[in-house]
Amino acid sequence: MKELARFRDPAVAQRVLREIHETLSKPRVIMEICGGQTHALLRHGIDQLLPAGLELVHGPGCPVCVTPVEIIDQAIALAARPQVVFTTFGDMMRVPGSGKDLLTVKSEGGDVRIVYSPLDAVAIARSNRDRKVVFLAIGFETTAPNTALAVAQAHRERLDNFSLLVSHMLVPPAMRALLQSPLNRVQAFLAAGHVCAVTGWQPYERIAEEFGVPIVVTGFETVDLLRGILGAVRQLETGEARVENAYERIVKKEGNPAALQQIHRVFEVCDRSWRGIGVLPESGWRLRPEWAAFDADKLFPAPGFAGPAVTECISGLILQGAKKPPQCPAFAVRCTPQTPLGATMVSGEGACAAYYRYRKSSGDGHGR
Amino acid sequence: MCLAIPGRVIRIYEENGLLMGEVDFGGVIKPACLAYVPDIQPDAYVLVHAGFALQRLDEAEVRTFHELWQDVMDAGRQKSLGEHPQ
Ligand code: SF4
Repeated sequence: MKELARFRDPAVAQRVLREIHETLSKPRVIMEICGGQTHALLRHGIDQLLPAGLELVHGPGCPVCVTPVEIIDQAIALAARPQVVFTTFGDMMRVPGSGKDLLTVKSEGGDVRIVYSPLDAVAIARSNRDRKVVFLAIGFETTAPNTALAVAQAHRERLDNFSLLVSHMLVPPAMRALLQSPLNRVQAFLAAGHVCAVTGWQPYERIAEEFGVPIVVTGFETVDLLRGILGAVRQLETGEARVENAYERIVKKEGNPAALQQIHRVFEVCDRSWRGIGVLPESGWRLRPEWAAFDADKLFPAPGFAGPAVTECISGLILQGAKKPPQCPAFAVRCTPQTPLGATMVSGEGACAAYYRYRKSSGDGHGR
Repeated sequence: MCLAIPGRVIRIYEENGLLMGEVDFGGVIKPACLAYVPDIQPDAYVLVHAGFALQRLDEAEVRTFHELWQDVMDAGRQKSLGEHPQ
């Protein structure tokens, strides 16, 4: 659809940008939740075109970054078992556990395979009935419907050699935790458009009301991002605090009911540990008890977890918007995409990787 | 892994009891599960994430948006012409 290109139209973007400059009257802090948006904002240099008083801070919406070390360790232990075929999205391969990463396990002979869709993992289970196929089910509300359908499909096909190691996470509880934190500086949110494509925006209405924060459902193109920012600025200026949809072509208030129904059939809400942040109540999904036969956590006892190693990585503070990557002493010195010390440098959507890629050479990464 | 991109459904089929489609992402064609957009028709656009179409693209909204912005841009041009008479 050629009209989609107009969401990148520089003339429209300029017009929205001008409107932002004209509307902002005093310093404000807005957080974009989603790591994909962090990358798009830095790639297009949008953060540098905004008025000086408007600061964007980067949120926890990078699933690779927030998957806890204990899950990575559990994945590593599983992947090393001879009867297991361990399947995962590619960007989990280099995320450090407390000792090694999945790539190392693979080089040591573990059968670790990268898949694009959870259904690819089901296909591997179908054609390898003598092996135990485990899929690492990480991600937010965008990915949960896919793993929910994959496990339902394995059940339908009676593939008793398929299981999920689940570490799904929910965005709204993380926003709540941020707003309740004494470190919080965020005054408005750009909600992640693709998460809302599944969930709709009802879950955000309570947050907007309770904490008095504007929340704008935002897409990923330049014009989308600028419209999201403009919406947030306008609400801050008028003292409003409501949910606004600036991604109408994809997001409907009710989300995708079929996807939500499938999620709730398979998963139930649980407390979940977030890497660098800690345990957040009711912030994740796990398999319901009736799906225990597909739950790798139940099928393969986890090794004891000693707790995360102490490192200089400050990704937890970065994911909460309290610090920016260039404020980390290891950034671009000891920590690079080739030698990552933290998940926010590994992930394609991590804030540290974004700053390394788009800001390091220009020497302006240390600014706002 | 969390990125989702729009593509055009070019063929719809069934595989292992699931509704599937071939989706064209600007020339790159990949399969996607269409179970969450069950009444989708060929030629429609969908948002695909990790092998699943999560939503259809609302083309009427795209047009409304552009009409709105065309008006804003036209108004802007007139305004600037008015402010800077030749
Ligand atoms: S630069 Fe590296 S060590 Fe520092 S916070 Fe980012 S990932 Fe952690």
